Amino acid sequence: MIDQPVVPAAIPGTQPEYHYPPYRSSVARSPRQPLMLLPQTPTESTGPVFGHGLIGPHDNDLTAQCDGEPLGERIIVHGRVLDEDGRPVRGALVEVWQANAAGRYRHKVDQHQAPLDPNFSGAGRFLADDAGHFAFKTIKPGAYPWGNHHNAWRPAHIHFSLFGAGILSRLVTQMYFPGDPLLPLDPIFNCIPDEAARNRLVSQFDLERTEPNYALAYKWDIVLRGSCDTPFEGAR
Amino acid sequence: MSATTALVPTGSQTVGPFFSIGLNHLIDRAPTRAAGSITIQGQVFDGDGAGVPDAMLEFWSPAEAAWRCHEQSGHPQPTIEARPQATSGSDQAKSGEPLAEPTDPATGYAAGFRRVATDGDGKFRVTLLRPKPAAWPDGRLQAPHLLVLVFARGLLRHLLTRVYCADEEAISSDPLLQKIPAERRGTLVAQAQGPSAYGWNIILQGQNETVFFAW
Ligand SMILES: [Fe+2]
Repeated sequence: MIDQPVVPAAIPGTQPEYHYPPYRSSVARSPRQPLMLLPQTPTESTGPVFGHGLIGPHDNDLTAQCDGEPLGERIIVHGRVLDEDGRPVRGALVEVWQANAAGRYRHKVDQHQAPLDPNFSGAGRFLADDAGHFAFKTIKPGAYPWGNHHNAWRPAHIHFSLFGAGILSRLVTQMYFPGDPLLPLDPIFNCIPDEAARNRLVSQFDLERTEPNYALAYKWDIVLRGSCDTPFEGAR
Repeated sequence: MSATTALVPTGSQTVGPFFSIGLNHLIDRAPTRAAGSITIQGQVFDGDGAGVPDAMLEFWSPAEAAWRCHEQSGHPQPTIEARPQATSGSDQAKSGEPLAEPTDPATGYAAGFRRVATDGDGKFRVTLLRPKPAAWPDGRLQAPHLLVLVFARGLLRHLLTRVYCADEEAISSDPLLQKIPAERRGTLVAQAQGPSAYGWNIILQGQNETVFFAW
């Protein structure tokens, strides 16, 4: 037994298990030994602090990184980065990457027979503001096939990577779009057992934030583990 | 706020095979200081014994730690004085000196953080400051260590582990290592391959599976 406060486990059902056979790649890459308890020491309650020097002028506008405009449906994605107490995570570093409108990644491993877009890198990054708000402009990514099972298609999604109050707030996840018919069929989306938790990965269409005659908008709030005041103190 | 009003953290999803598009900008980007640096190299293996060619590792060093929210919370900025003295390495800071800036103002880079990716064979190599002892909650010292986050296609949630250096005497009395069954303890210990070079493999599954921690 560990005699010190330990890093609390996730609320049951709200996070995926490592071994989830419907997602084939998890089978040989998931540990089989029980996870051990980690005490909360200064190592666990601290984390990296990134600054504005990391962010370039067009890093929050994926439609303006090349000479021309990318093809596809222009969208604005915005939301807040919050801690478990609902407080903004000021200055949180957010990194995003995605496929282009045709469902193709600018990556040598992506073999999907869909066109690359010379005007789209698919990468962005930014820091949340003092109220935890973030916003970026991009094009809506396309669905794409993958080899998990016969006729498998990933629903449209944007990959997100976030740094919060401490290293244990670290989160890598994916944001989805409302009403996507591929969602119920996708093993990665469905790896989160709790339905409400799973559905929180789906952004909401946000008419208020659309720019008339220019771009649609989606809203997505993200909650990182821990608290800015007392990182990982007081297990639930 | 009470626990009943706490928000549920957002669910994790795999980093997938294409993470380099968005995450490359921090890979191998850290400033390398020759003095007091160590190199850890090794390989990430899956349960079939194959190298994992699309893994990403992030190393967090408490020696360079800065409290993320100290400005908001009023926590004091940590100084060397508040920390145990290093027992090894050649870059010992003088007592009372503040720790290095948590963020490089020019590059925005965070001190104490390293991100590396594996190559086609699952091999990685990281250079960082030699870790220093850190406090254990009851006041004892922990042996120098790094926290390591493992991301890969196939990992729906990242894995959390630690790495220690085999030539640090303190590992024989480290309070955390002592709680790990002796036969698995070695999976967290990087073996010395030279004065400041270490070898450490990460085995995701199977024989000699690395110890991973719940989070
Ligand atoms: Fe993807």
